[in-house]
Amino acid sequence: MELEFFLDPNRCIGCQACVHACSECDTHKGVSLIHLETVDRGRSVQTAPVVCMHCDQPTCAEVCPADAIKRTPDGVVQTARKPRCVACNNCVLACPFGVPKMNTGSSVGVAGFNLMMKCDMCYDRTSAGKKPMCASVCPSGALSFGPRSTFEATRPSSRSLNRFQFGRQTITTRVNLVVPRKHPDDRLDVTVGLDEEPDILTLGLFEED
Amino acid sequence: MEQGHLPPSGSEPPNGRSWHEQAGWRNDFPIDWAQDHYVQRREFVKFLCLTSLGFAVGQLCLLGSSWLRQETRPDRKEIARLDQLNIGQVVSFRYPTERHPCLLVRLGPDEIVAYSQLCTHLSCPVVPQLEQQRFFCPCHHGAFDLHDGRPILGPPRRPLPRVELQVEGGVIYAVGVRASTT
Repeated sequence: MELEFFLDPNRCIGCQACVHACSECDTHKGVSLIHLETVDRGRSVQTAPVVCMHCDQPTCAEVCPADAIKRTPDGVVQTARKPRCVACNNCVLACPFGVPKMNTGSSVGVAGFNLMMKCDMCYDRTSAGKKPMCASVCPSGALSFGPRSTFEATRPSSRSLNRFQFGRQTITTRVNLVVPRKHPDDRLDVTVGLDEEPDILTLGLFEED
Repeated sequence: MEQGHLPPSGSEPPNGRSWHEQAGWRNDFPIDWAQDHYVQRREFVKFLCLTSLGFAVGQLCLLGSSWLRQETRPDRKEIARLDQLNIGQVVSFRYPTERHPCLLVRLGPDEIVAYSQLCTHLSCPVVPQLEQQRFFCPCHHGAFDLHDGRPILGPPRRPLPRVELQVEGGVIYAVGVRASTT
């Protein structure tokens, strides 16, 4: 049974539990690889967790000049391989979802890794059938990891979506984004939020579930 | 792209064409872990050939450079007059160039030796200690035998390069330097 990651920003309450659970991991101790973003700080307290979406054709790997970003056979895009990464920031600029960050040590409290590090869906845990750290602590179900049948049974008014539009690029991802069942579109435009006057209610993402 | 190394189904190249129509570099820089680790037989053989060719060229270069070194023999240089040199006296000179300090020692009536003054460990100048029959290097407490230049103490492993001498008409000439590795 394949376990899938479902990301439901609508349910996020901004408690930061996922951030702290992530930063406890030994491979990147003290640094969280999940980002908790505020959607429209001036008008709303709504937050949204951002994990790596694990694209089927990862843009970060496409733009890597050092051939450092690789995807394992189960579709998980891994952190840059340490011997190859040259810390050029190409992946940071290219990712449609803004996931990879370069830890050079200037902005984080621990010594810099000089390496692109990003969410690898807790590969040590998920490859052994466990939930990722963030999904295991999320109290509101904004991050959930499990079989699709469980998701469909427990969220009758929602459906999952994994197609995105970024400019002319269509992206399909391994991680699913949860949208209301009556959401009309089959794919989400990643750049809609960059419009002049973003209205989170018109996105259809933050309706009552 | 060869059959059997295609990316897993579901992944689509950004330009939307099929995997068989992709540029050659996609083959060389695959995104998938398994493909990245896969080494084709042809690549492996190419790697082996080029590496061994590199080794062979390196060996030939070493051979050539040692040949060239043998070809050039330094000029003869006058060091001292035999009748002005007492037994146990040491003369400092530079040979074959000004950057190579050497020491000449008269050990007996017919025994005159000369060595490079640079310790074979880290090129500190050695000092003669005639009462102990040795050249001593104060840097790391190394010592060389006075009679044949062998290392007898401390870190040096190679003997001091020996300066070949020639006595002609009461004058001592340096005619060459013989360095040995053992």
